[in-house]
Amino acid sequence: MDLLNGPWVSQLTRLPWGLVSIVCAIAGFGMVVLYSAAGGSLDPWALKQGIRFAVLLGAALALALVPPERWLALAWPIYGVLLLALLGVELVGAVKGGSQRWLDLGIIQFQPSEMMKLGIVLILARYYHYVPKGYETRPEVLLPALGLIALPVGLVMLQPDLGTALSILFGGAVVLFLAGVRLWLFGAAAAGVAALLPVAWNFLHDYQKRRVLIFLDPESDPRGAGYHITQSKIAIGSGGLTGKGFLNGTQSHLDYLPELHTDFVFATMAEEWGLMGGMLVIALYGMVLAWGIRTAVKARSQFQRLLALGLTATLFFYLAINMMMVMGLAPVVGIPLPLISWGGSAMLTVMVLLGLVMGIARANRGPKW
Amino acid sequence: MDDPVRRIGFSRRALLLGSGMAATGLLLAGRMAWLAVFEGETYRLKAEGNRIQNRLIPPRRGWIVDRHGKPIALNRPDYRLELHPSDIEDLDATLIAIRRVLDISLDEEVRIRDDVSSQPSFMPVVVRQDLSWGEFSACNVRLATVPGVAAVRSFSRQYPEADYCAHLVGYVGAPTPEQYRAQKDPLLVYPGFRVGKDGIERYADRQLRGHAGAARVEVTARGELVRELDTRPDEPGDTLKLTIDRELQNYAARRLGDNSGSVIVIDCVTGDVLAMVSMPAYDPNIFSRRVPSSLWRALQADDHTPLLNKSAMGLYPPGSTFKMVTTLAALNAGIDPDEAVSCSGAYRLGNNTWHCHARRGHGGVNMRRALPLSCDTYFYAMGRRVGIDAIAAMARQLGLGQEYPLPLPGQADGIVPDKAWKQKRYGKDWREGETLNASIGQGYVLTNPLQLAVMTARLASGRAVMPRLFHAGPAPQFASLGIPEAHLAVVREGMVGVVNAGYGTARAARSPIPDVTIAGKTGTAQVRRISALERRRGVIRNEALPWKYRDHALFVAFAPAESPRYAVSVILEHGIAGGRYAAPIARDVLSFLFEPERALAVLPAIEADAATRRAERQVADAAASIATETRQMMPSWLRIEVPPPSFEIADPDAPQPPREPE
Repeated sequence: MDLLNGPWVSQLTRLPWGLVSIVCAIAGFGMVVLYSAAGGSLDPWALKQGIRFAVLLGAALALALVPPERWLALAWPIYGVLLLALLGVELVGAVKGGSQRWLDLGIIQFQPSEMMKLGIVLILARYYHYVPKGYETRPEVLLPALGLIALPVGLVMLQPDLGTALSILFGGAVVLFLAGVRLWLFGAAAAGVAALLPVAWNFLHDYQKRRVLIFLDPESDPRGAGYHITQSKIAIGSGGLTGKGFLNGTQSHLDYLPELHTDFVFATMAEEWGLMGGMLVIALYGMVLAWGIRTAVKARSQFQRLLALGLTATLFFYLAINMMMVMGLAPVVGIPLPLISWGGSAMLTVMVLLGLVMGIARANRGPKW
Repeated sequence: MDDPVRRIGFSRRALLLGSGMAATGLLLAGRMAWLAVFEGETYRLKAEGNRIQNRLIPPRRGWIVDRHGKPIALNRPDYRLELHPSDIEDLDATLIAIRRVLDISLDEEVRIRDDVSSQPSFMPVVVRQDLSWGEFSACNVRLATVPGVAAVRSFSRQYPEADYCAHLVGYVGAPTPEQYRAQKDPLLVYPGFRVGKDGIERYADRQLRGHAGAARVEVTARGELVRELDTRPDEPGDTLKLTIDRELQNYAARRLGDNSGSVIVIDCVTGDVLAMVSMPAYDPNIFSRRVPSSLWRALQADDHTPLLNKSAMGLYPPGSTFKMVTTLAALNAGIDPDEAVSCSGAYRLGNNTWHCHARRGHGGVNMRRALPLSCDTYFYAMGRRVGIDAIAAMARQLGLGQEYPLPLPGQADGIVPDKAWKQKRYGKDWREGETLNASIGQGYVLTNPLQLAVMTARLASGRAVMPRLFHAGPAPQFASLGIPEAHLAVVREGMVGVVNAGYGTARAARSPIPDVTIAGKTGTAQVRRISALERRRGVIRNEALPWKYRDHALFVAFAPAESPRYAVSVILEHGIAGGRYAAPIARDVLSFLFEPERALAVLPAIEADAATRRAERQVADAAASIATETRQMMPSWLRIEVPPPSFEIADPDAPQPPREPE
């Protein structure tokens, strides 16, 4: 009986249940879309996705009960383990030949690069938590921080997984930005990247180059490499204002839309629910992001602030890149739409991410009742 | 512990980041609204275009039947596997997939690859035709999702008479890329669709083609059919009834044997073309699929011109068969049929001598004896008296020198020369020597076998008979030619004499049937110049010459002589002599019309003879072509384009040299 009256029970009430309901709404809508994508069937996606979401939601709520100080203390070990895992993936890949992204731990396939998206934010938040005001941009402070970013980004690039590498880079850069690194440095970095683009072009794989070229001109090969983007735009555009109606999408059900349940699930949804459905999804995610920003601003330590907003920005990166891709505003990179796309590892990452931010929100919730 | 300065700094940056996120959100919302609302209509149409396919239902081609309704061209079901190069992603993988179902030989693969690379990508390539039902269903099941591969059920054209009707009905083949570009009819690129390429198939293509039906169907991205939305059935092409008598056509073709020649039979009363044979020919069944290039080369190289429709496109000097024209022109000019001309075997004009085929001459010849004897001297004299323009006018009246409104592509119209023609063509005045040559059907005069048959029909009936090939509507009535019956009687009497008189040149053509008399006229047309050296040595006998230097043998006839019903023209290229070789063929063809059994009885000996000769030739050809044998195919849209042979016209003013007796 004492267990039931323990502190964690009262902590439960401090969790941001409003957010939890928004997240449930997004995942629920995702299940509806997956149900339709399977041709009006719970099998093979919707049901499994629901179970997975339920389990991961439980895990996220459990993570939210962990006090943020614990993460501060564990930041280095977590980062180190993830870095080693990334190295391990590289080594296994080198032995087996070919590109390798996960470690087979027997029970689950662990994809360290996914977790590193969170790890990079965690470690930099920890790093800048202890940097006094005014020292953020000094070389002896900035260079190690850049090194912390460069190590995982480099390893992931070797896999090669450009999308994830960019995501990690973005997470790191956001934390630096929030920590107060001088703005001109970001301008200079952007200019440097622009200058290096032609050089980087040569390091891209052929399929990556083609994706970029197709993004610039999808009509050049509508039946070949431009097929994804062309069909995705047709799906979204033909949905119109209110969509073709639940289970009535033709692009998705007649297989014109590729990857209809994973990367292009937004197009599947937009075809049947139209602009209304799209606005709903964007609005729901907007609320999640707004909550993340508010949590960060209200947090009581620099570590919590950086961690909360860095993670929120990472989630934003997922959303923005995926939606821009399906609408033809970004090249095709394999980034799923969190909580809606079919797939375990992305959902795992996002739920852990939400668990951490919820933990911060809980810790900073006003006076106890 | 929490530094408020840091906190404020963070909030400022957070605000910046948040605005960035909001801006991105607005951008996404705006983009989506743009796609869905402002360009929504475009994309809706594109989605419909994806989903809905208009599938053609090709019409069945109309049959071609003979006057009794027996089929000459019909359709039979054909299952085949085709490739659509524009949809193929990887030809190698596709061929491997096909090989799991069908056994493709290396040769076939070479041909397929060759076709895929050489044809425009919208033209389908046949992998294999004449699949069995089992193979067809295996392809349907196991290759359904391979892009660019289609198992097709269609109808292919069949010609039961094979070679015998080849030139008349022609054959079908794939439309040419140019035709598709010009007509933009999607039917033309429908797998296995065929259009007429030659003969009646080509002329009456629109009529035979019918109209395609259409089905609107919903399909998946892989082309699998989900459901049919609506259908409009096809309208099969019309059945064409020809005036041809299939059995007669067969008989005539078989009777020609291995000769290179033409036989035409016309109904003198109705103008119905009962038979129109040009031999040797090609097998339109092979031509309607794909022609192996070795066969194509052999056909092209053959000096018997199997690709040329000699009946309509061949041009030959009519030789002595033209003498009826001269006779009628003379009668028209008021010359007394009993007036005699003395024939000494030679006719002098100026410094030159024209020869009669009888070297020692015929003595006194009047009009009644002139035709049976085919006395050249008589016609030189008459021609000179009436003049070329009168002869030409009569020739045109009898149907020479013109094209008939028949469904035969590439009819040759021949030449009926007169003064105006020469002035126009050569810019020179007509010379009298040319009149002499023209009056015996040599010189500039050129006719095709069909015109000779029409001429004979007109002589026999006295009416302006026009030939017809489509058996449609009632038999036409023809107006009289306006030639006095008495004149025609003289000519007919002469033609009866040619066959039946003791001195006639075509005694070999005498009718075997007691109460049917055949009337005719022989012709032997020279195709080579006889040099002065040869003439001094004496004319070499035709049989001793190489085939292509021998004279053409012609024979025109009608029967029964008393009340003419059928007219026939026979031409044997390089057939040596009309009376000896062409006339018996005409006799047998005519007797087939009256007593088929008797006519059929003569065939075995002729066919056995031809078979031996053919076998000999094949052995020789095979020995020559062993090294060059390949299995390449000609393009599926192959069309015969053979220029009609041009015969060298020996100096038309030169005097007629001595010839062998007819």
